[in-house]
Amino acid sequence: MIIGAPAHDPFERDRGGPATPLLTVKGLLKHFPIRGGALGRVQAHVRAVDGVDFEVMKGETLGVVGESGCGKSTTARLLLSLIDPTAGEVFFDGMKVGSPELSLKEFRRQTQMVFQDSYSSLNPRLTIEASIAFAPQVHGVPKREAVARARDLLARVGLDPVRFAGRYPHELSGGQRQRVNIARALALQPRLVLLDEAVSALDKSVEAQVLNLLMDLKDEFGLTYLFISHDLNVVRFISDRVMVMYLGQVAEIGPSDVVFDRACHPYTTALLSSMPSIDPDHRTMEAPLAGDPPNPINPPSGCRFHTRCSFVEQVCSSVQPRLTEAGPQHEAACLMVVPGSGHSKAPVGTGVAA
Amino acid sequence: MSAVDIRDLRVTFGGVVRAVDGVTLSIERGEVVALIGESGSGKSVTLRSLMRLHPPRATKMEGTIAVEGRDVLAMTPRALADYRGPIVSMIFQEPLLALDPVYTVGEQIMEIILRHEKVSRKEARARALALFERVRIPSPERRLDAYPHEMSGGMRQRAMIALALACRPKVLLADEPTTALDATVQIQILLLLRELQRDLGLSIIFVTHDLGAAVEVADRIAVMYAGRIVEEGTARELIRNPRHPYTIGLLKSRAHGVMEKGTRLDAIPGAPPDLARLPPGCSFAPRCAAAIESCQIEQPPSFVVEGGHRARCFRWKDAPAQLGAQALGAA
Repeated sequence: MIIGAPAHDPFERDRGGPATPLLTVKGLLKHFPIRGGALGRVQAHVRAVDGVDFEVMKGETLGVVGESGCGKSTTARLLLSLIDPTAGEVFFDGMKVGSPELSLKEFRRQTQMVFQDSYSSLNPRLTIEASIAFAPQVHGVPKREAVARARDLLARVGLDPVRFAGRYPHELSGGQRQRVNIARALALQPRLVLLDEAVSALDKSVEAQVLNLLMDLKDEFGLTYLFISHDLNVVRFISDRVMVMYLGQVAEIGPSDVVFDRACHPYTTALLSSMPSIDPDHRTMEAPLAGDPPNPINPPSGCRFHTRCSFVEQVCSSVQPRLTEAGPQHEAACLMVVPGSGHSKAPVGTGVAA
Repeated sequence: MSAVDIRDLRVTFGGVVRAVDGVTLSIERGEVVALIGESGSGKSVTLRSLMRLHPPRATKMEGTIAVEGRDVLAMTPRALADYRGPIVSMIFQEPLLALDPVYTVGEQIMEIILRHEKVSRKEARARALALFERVRIPSPERRLDAYPHEMSGGMRQRAMIALALACRPKVLLADEPTTALDATVQIQILLLLRELQRDLGLSIIFVTHDLGAAVEVADRIAVMYAGRIVEEGTARELIRNPRHPYTIGLLKSRAHGVMEKGTRLDAIPGAPPDLARLPPGCSFAPRCAAAIESCQIEQPPSFVVEGGHRARCFRWKDAPAQLGAQALGAA
């Protein structure tokens, strides 16, 4: 039973030990073909995710931020194989996903996702109790037990099962539906939960409630979160580490406080100073960036950000920066951080930039 | 004379849903007022009432709306068509839905100018071009011949602003104009609106759920809850010295500024009320930590805090201290 201690202590399922990342992503790539012309030939590719590597440690929350088209949602979908990657490997607790060691079905049982649109991600013909109990039944839990677990989870997410279990999605408010989606994601007792803009559609007062709920559930069930959002304030609040994406690549990754207070990548800095100030005496006077993000079909050469960057130099349009260490656990993909890159602000020699 | 004068506006849909329940608001010429609130608070309904965009059969509108001295609720369809565009125009959240996909953006702007003014097509096109330059669309000549889907999100929003300004309106209504945009583009559009307001002397009503966006552009802010304005005042008064428990709750529940890891957000409990079954007293009372008995029975009137700063709360004097609002002043 779930009340009290979780039935499966997540720590018991730990195979690799605390030092092994729960999730390791290597060289993830997704190019969507664009077909056109009379013969429907492939004419170009949308380079939605273009070589992404990262790790999510056990028990942490990794926040992923970026503008539309940066590939953050595609990354989440690729992780769960909701779409097939063009290339790249995903390891879960040291085991390769899709290998005999860890089947895709088993991986999906341990990794669940909560989407932005709370309404379209629930079956309108099922009561919320049936929706939550559905997946455990697919994975072999007897119906009676699955329903009992669903009712427990409803209580856990703050919806009284006596009042709510028999309701249909349209009978709930947006915040209540998102609670149902969270309960459904937890029904399989996952270890990793992907939250793709899970609070973005909610009203501010409800958003705060759901964020608090997510933090409580994380402690209670020993969960690890991958939290995708465009709202920097929310990401800062919930994340231990933050990954900033730009046009399908990682621009910067590091501990949340470091990224927010001492960002290395000019894109991160611009993104942060684009946030409205909420101080009537210090309004923003100048937009930090001009124009929209470029089209991921034909991303700029070299550093993808060079077309909008205020520190751009000639070298930026020809050399693509690799993620380079900028401090403890802190990496940025900017030529100003890469030693000896040829950028005038780059550190000299092979030393590590501060 | 105010640019916009709304008196005791009540909008009821289908006879039961009281979407706007007694809104009184006036906007001076050249003033920017932000209406903020959650979904269902009546902010967009109020805005759309100014253009009379609600389906007439299903909507009952009471009260008065005067825009530039004209009685909006009494207008005939013909007068309404003349009024929309040169007096009042509107920009929407999603430009891709608001623009016509089968005409170029230039044609859409010219169509409006030709409908309202006696000018040649050539002149209308020159005006459209000038508007595109005004809203800073790069290579404007070429963009006039673009279809909406050929533009990026930020560019489309600029095009829609150009469209709204085509007939030199006096009042611009903006319904969540930056909500669908990326952060780096949102700030550009907010700054553009501020600049246009200053240069053209527009009065703007700006509807948003984002307090940050409101503070960036607005002189005054009106906070709506369940169809009523619960607090209004200058942006500074509202942020530094909020009086209504809902405003205080909104400011406190922001993830912004919570620096310590593991601290919980100060969320407002519960959910907004059902507009078809509003409580007899203050609509916020069921969620309010400072509520007293009279809040459940009687609707609080609008109390004057100071000058134009008003709050609809019986406890406007002592509730802020009880709810810990002083800490916000420093933010």
